[in-house]
Amino acid sequence: MEVKGSVHKYGNDVDTDVIIPARYLNTSSEQELASHCMEDIDKDFVNKVKAGDLMVAGDNFGCGSSREHAPIAIKASGISLVIANTFARIFYRNAINIGLPILECPEAVKNISAGDTVSCDLSKGIIVNETTGQRFQAQPFPPFIQAIIDAGGLMKSLANK
Amino acid sequence: MGMTMTQKILAAHAGLASVTAGQLIEAELDMVLANDITAPVAIKEFEKAGATCVRCRDKISLVMDHFTPNKDIKAACQVKLTREFAEKQQIVHFYDVGEMGIEHALLPEKGIVGAGDCIIGADSHTCTYGALGAFSTGVGSTDMAAGMMAQKCWFKVPSAIKFELKGELPPYVTGKDLILHIIGLIGVDGALYRSMEFTGEGVSSLSMDDRFTVCNMAIEAGAKNGIFPVDEKTLAYMEGRFTRPVKIFTADDDAEYEKTYQIDLSALKSTVSFPHLPENTHTEWEELPIQQVVIGSCTNGRISDMRQAAEILKGRKVAKGVRCIVIPATQEVYLQAMKEGLLETFIKSGAIVSTPTCGPCLGGHMGILADHERCVSTTNRNFVGRMGHVTSEIYLASPYTAAASAVLGKLATAKEVMEWK
Repeated sequence: MEVKGSVHKYGNDVDTDVIIPARYLNTSSEQELASHCMEDIDKDFVNKVKAGDLMVAGDNFGCGSSREHAPIAIKASGISLVIANTFARIFYRNAINIGLPILECPEAVKNISAGDTVSCDLSKGIIVNETTGQRFQAQPFPPFIQAIIDAGGLMKSLANK
Repeated sequence: MGMTMTQKILAAHAGLASVTAGQLIEAELDMVLANDITAPVAIKEFEKAGATCVRCRDKISLVMDHFTPNKDIKAACQVKLTREFAEKQQIVHFYDVGEMGIEHALLPEKGIVGAGDCIIGADSHTCTYGALGAFSTGVGSTDMAAGMMAQKCWFKVPSAIKFELKGELPPYVTGKDLILHIIGLIGVDGALYRSMEFTGEGVSSLSMDDRFTVCNMAIEAGAKNGIFPVDEKTLAYMEGRFTRPVKIFTADDDAEYEKTYQIDLSALKSTVSFPHLPENTHTEWEELPIQQVVIGSCTNGRISDMRQAAEILKGRKVAKGVRCIVIPATQEVYLQAMKEGLLETFIKSGAIVSTPTCGPCLGGHMGILADHERCVSTTNRNFVGRMGHVTSEIYLASPYTAAASAVLGKLATAKEVMEWK
């Protein structure tokens, strides 16, 4: 699967409280969660994000609370892929489980700026910064995780069993 | 090669003789947990998958603790949905207002979790139960839903970092200061994907409440789990609470650790995490006036925490201009605090006492901060906007430090209150 879009870039330790503040956790409506995505660190995000855009960040992305509302809000806001140096472990699991593509690739993070156009072949993990022409190779998922993603998430993969 | 304590518990639950770090396994779960925020999403996933019946209705805990007593209409509807699910599925461990407490204080107290268990919870602080010698980790709602369906979960076996504790904590220094010190040392991703195993002769001097606090914040260092060995104190705590057979696992002598830290408990000081990350620890500071103090949460809402706060507040007054909110974590803690006269101490000092709730910790209700307000809190996270306005500031501290700060109207240690007449 190929994704392509414009980049929204953030720093280290982006926590799930800023991805979706707890004051909005009294709902599990995806669109409502998406309408508040990132608002505590980037008030303008919801206005400028377009379907297919990418999010790029530093270390420990998604740290803090286990709220699955965080990857849900990111996915529902239109983001097609999150690239970071590292992900916090609960966020990592949640993203896979709900089918939000994520890749760890410090080389790409270093060489991608906000506003760049970036494309990625998800199955091969090849990331291309279309603005600068640079290519990066991310570690592909191990087969058992790829199987969950291919099935469209954990619940669908369980249903298939 | 030997196994760590965590690896042994995972191997036993996966039906394997041994496991190694990095191996992918599927483990049987002794308990799966969710709260009023994460359960509704899990229930939706459960139903979307076409599931009609949970596999083990006595191995699921649903605790209505975050936005309860219902803070608004939407929160009330989320709880209603969960309540109806619990009724339909005849969930044994469903705790609503009146019986509920903050989940990570409640489950050990009720003996729902214990030594040797393998537990997942749709709450990041599920790692708390490592204090009992269990493998316990936070997951999201989908993993929780799958756990309700299959009573199983996949894991990547973690490597471990060892913390060898020696000596005893000085007066007015607690398990909270220890874990904040460790997070300051290794950073908020210092234990990412790994276990934090606490060992050494210093363990025996730590109370169970100290150990719960330490394991509770393992996630703030990015860890998969935190874990303590089982000793006399663990067994005494579980006596009369935990009714399933106790399974004691110990790390092999030749278990491999990525790194070992030696920590002398006697050298620790009152430690505070400044905004906006738990790793931003300080033991000294310039004068910092405050407007609010919160004493409670899954980190520090147990009876020892109430006693420590009361010890400082007894015969003293909360400073003018400071709102001091005390939240016993469970009904049992509340009742015990009442019997010991602690609630009277709090109220006479000018503090308020709330029914158990996670409330202000995550900016839910019962103490939201306005712009530029400063709060000293015994909770576990000081992220931007966590407790209210994005310009508010949270200082994470022990109950001693929080109570002392309430009295002096500025960030202060218990020692300063004792010296101040």
